[in-house]
Amino acid sequence: MDHRPQAWGRPRDDVYGPYDASYLHTSMPKTATQSPIVTGTSVIAIKFKDGVVMAADNLASYGSLARFTDVKRLRPFLSTSVVGFGGDVSDMQFLDRHLTELAIDEAYEAEGCSAGDVSSSPSSTSSSDSSPNKNGQLNASNLHKYLTKLMYRRRNSFDPLWNQILVAGFDSASQPFLASVDLRGTAFTSPSLATGYGAMLAQPIMRKYAATEEDAARLTREEAVKVVRECMKVLFYRDARSLDRFSLAVVTKDGVEISEDEVLEEQSWAFAERIRGYGTQTV
Amino acid sequence: MFRNNYDNDSVTFSPQGRIFQVEYAAEAVKQGSVVVGIASKTHVVLVAIKRNAEELSSYQKKLFPIDEHVGIAIAGLTSDARVLSNFMKQQCLGHRLTYGRSMPVRTLVDMIGSKAQINTQHYGKRPYGVGLLVAGVDDHGPHLFEFQPSGMTEEMVAFAIGARSQMARTYLEKHLDKFAECDREELIRHGLRALKESLVQDRELTVDNTSVGIAGAADKAGKVEPFKVYDGQEVAAWIESVADDKEAAPAGGSGEGETMEVDP
Amino acid sequence: MAAMFSQNPLMNGPNYSVNDAPRIGAPEGAREHRFDPYTDNGGSTLAIAGADFAIMAGDTRLTSGYSINSRFHPKLFKIGGTTADQEDATIVLSVVGFAADGEALKERLDAICKMYRYRHGKPMSVKACAQRLSTILYGKRFFPYYAYAILAGLDEEGKGAVYSYDPVGSYEREQCRAGGAAASLIMPFLDNQVNFKNQYIPNSGEGHALVERERRPLTRREVEVLVKDAFDGAVERHIEVGDGLQMMIITKSGIEEVLLPLKKD
Repeated sequence: MDHRPQAWGRPRDDVYGPYDASYLHTSMPKTATQSPIVTGTSVIAIKFKDGVVMAADNLASYGSLARFTDVKRLRPFLSTSVVGFGGDVSDMQFLDRHLTELAIDEAYEAEGCSAGDVSSSPSSTSSSDSSPNKNGQLNASNLHKYLTKLMYRRRNSFDPLWNQILVAGFDSASQPFLASVDLRGTAFTSPSLATGYGAMLAQPIMRKYAATEEDAARLTREEAVKVVRECMKVLFYRDARSLDRFSLAVVTKDGVEISEDEVLEEQSWAFAERIRGYGTQTV
Repeated sequence: MFRNNYDNDSVTFSPQGRIFQVEYAAEAVKQGSVVVGIASKTHVVLVAIKRNAEELSSYQKKLFPIDEHVGIAIAGLTSDARVLSNFMKQQCLGHRLTYGRSMPVRTLVDMIGSKAQINTQHYGKRPYGVGLLVAGVDDHGPHLFEFQPSGMTEEMVAFAIGARSQMARTYLEKHLDKFAECDREELIRHGLRALKESLVQDRELTVDNTSVGIAGAADKAGKVEPFKVYDGQEVAAWIESVADDKEAAPAGGSGEGETMEVDP
Repeated sequence: MAAMFSQNPLMNGPNYSVNDAPRIGAPEGAREHRFDPYTDNGGSTLAIAGADFAIMAGDTRLTSGYSINSRFHPKLFKIGGTTADQEDATIVLSVVGFAADGEALKERLDAICKMYRYRHGKPMSVKACAQRLSTILYGKRFFPYYAYAILAGLDEEGKGAVYSYDPVGSYEREQCRAGGAAASLIMPFLDNQVNFKNQYIPNSGEGHALVERERRPLTRREVEVLVKDAFDGAVERHIEVGDGLQMMIITKSGIEEVLLPLKKD
């Protein structure tokens, strides 16, 4: 399966025959809607017992050109959730602006609720609860639902946002939440998730550690981070559109921590010597 | 003969700075039978007197469920209330569909507030002739809101609107401090007692003319008691429990030290 | 597109979404490449009506191509309850095909059932709900919901009712129906085991003129075993089916939900 964002949303080769790329070479003006232009590669994430770890590299490619090398593809939402974007970067930026607006509206609403409380009002019974949902603001599951509706609406108008998105945070029952939505509005959850090439290369590794929700609920934060770093390394080895600088986000009940200048360490390219069958070398 | 020149539409101020049409609309609220709402830390109740136009007719509904976490009590034009009720229902469904959560009560009330205000500022429009008590529970706990035809909305601990509602409000003011700690049953009894205050001399609360609606905030298990309206025989026990109330009785021990029950 | 909606095994083999169905008509080089709004997310569903119950079942795998997106993505939904957790629901909808369309379809039908309850003060009957679902599907006749829906509940007489649909709203009430990726594997099995097709009483006549085995309503226990067997078979032979089996048993006392493991390979 071809997992490049350019191939997402296209008629499948095995169903419709080989892809005819001739239209890409015309001088007609093209829009991001018709095909992704500047793209980010995989986003990966795994749940652990008190939250979710997510990672994505800092590269935005223009076709095969490594165009921008400091792009932040993990975005916090209301400091309770993280959204990770794969696919078109301009659509990501549009969504980011949109989500910022949504977060501001939500923050105002929450403000209104606390300011408007009558002194002896029954409100704020549960606001002492420190869990991220009890403040009445959108949690990760609400946000994911919203994004799903947004993406599905755009696909219905044949004007898709060319992204696959991971949303991490907590659900209404204050359990770790991780879900995905793509450019067609297909949404699903799993103890670990990966977009693009990550679905082929990282997901099998992550599933070794968190095959089920129960497994994920036993993982510690350190273990989860270690698995994710390992996966980022594998992706850097094998995905030609990837970078060794990446962002790592950890969502817990205490909030969101994103570090945006992680570097892949202890790389070993010794395996490359043994690879035969590609390029110019003969046997 | 005195003729008011400033009440032909809702866009003209009187020299005193009043908009008569809006004030008349507020009068329509007082034509409706009384409804009472009270919120505690765990529950919010609505109680209402239903009217029947004549012996042979049925009783006009006063309480309407909006969504699983919100209900309203109406006083005034029932048909106007239905328009608002439909609107609120649609908004709640829409919110649930897009966000997968129940709509915050304040957000909902703000929406009908803005909707009603438009009618007071456009020529040819008429303000809603109905007042509402909006009761609901959300992540912030139980809420009670008052809504007026002017578009004014306000959060209340307890309130009553409709005909002779001043008597009910006086009762509520007198017992204001007790409400926060009341359990479900006590809150309903307070509501019914307030309702009784507003009754005309020879009328009584009966299973036919009384409606009770209640919603409970999330308990320790996170389970919300959905808004439900009780009518007919379902309210018999509650009416019975406030039947021969001595006026001065200290309102059922006021709930201290009792465990809070979520279910009846 | 025609190949995508076709359930004809001659065209699609065992109905993989990744198939080499013969392409008819389109001249080489004259293809138009646009955004393709559909995918097939695999999976299979099955419903059987009993005398006083109905059973709906579906696997919980969500695929795209050869990838397993999720091992637990339910295809069965309770419809028309008073609350969001559907505690008092009496109708079950299953959708298989394109998951996003299925989800949208379910939410629309549920919203309609909730509005019906609000307007009429009573829950929608399965019959009414079934008719409405058909209208919803046909409403998008020219940009269809790519979803094979099955609706199950109890009819006015308390008998099990199963309604099956095609993506554009053609529907009928049936005794049993399999839908989705492994429909062509499961359906013949059901014909034989539920409707006793091709079952004859031995030595009851001359040559092929044998007496058919008499049909009788199956018990709930029998049907549950049948469902499990059907899915075990489908899992074995179809790559898009597996991981978990979700079953909902609708009786007059409510909806019982059962989750069973299936092979994860």
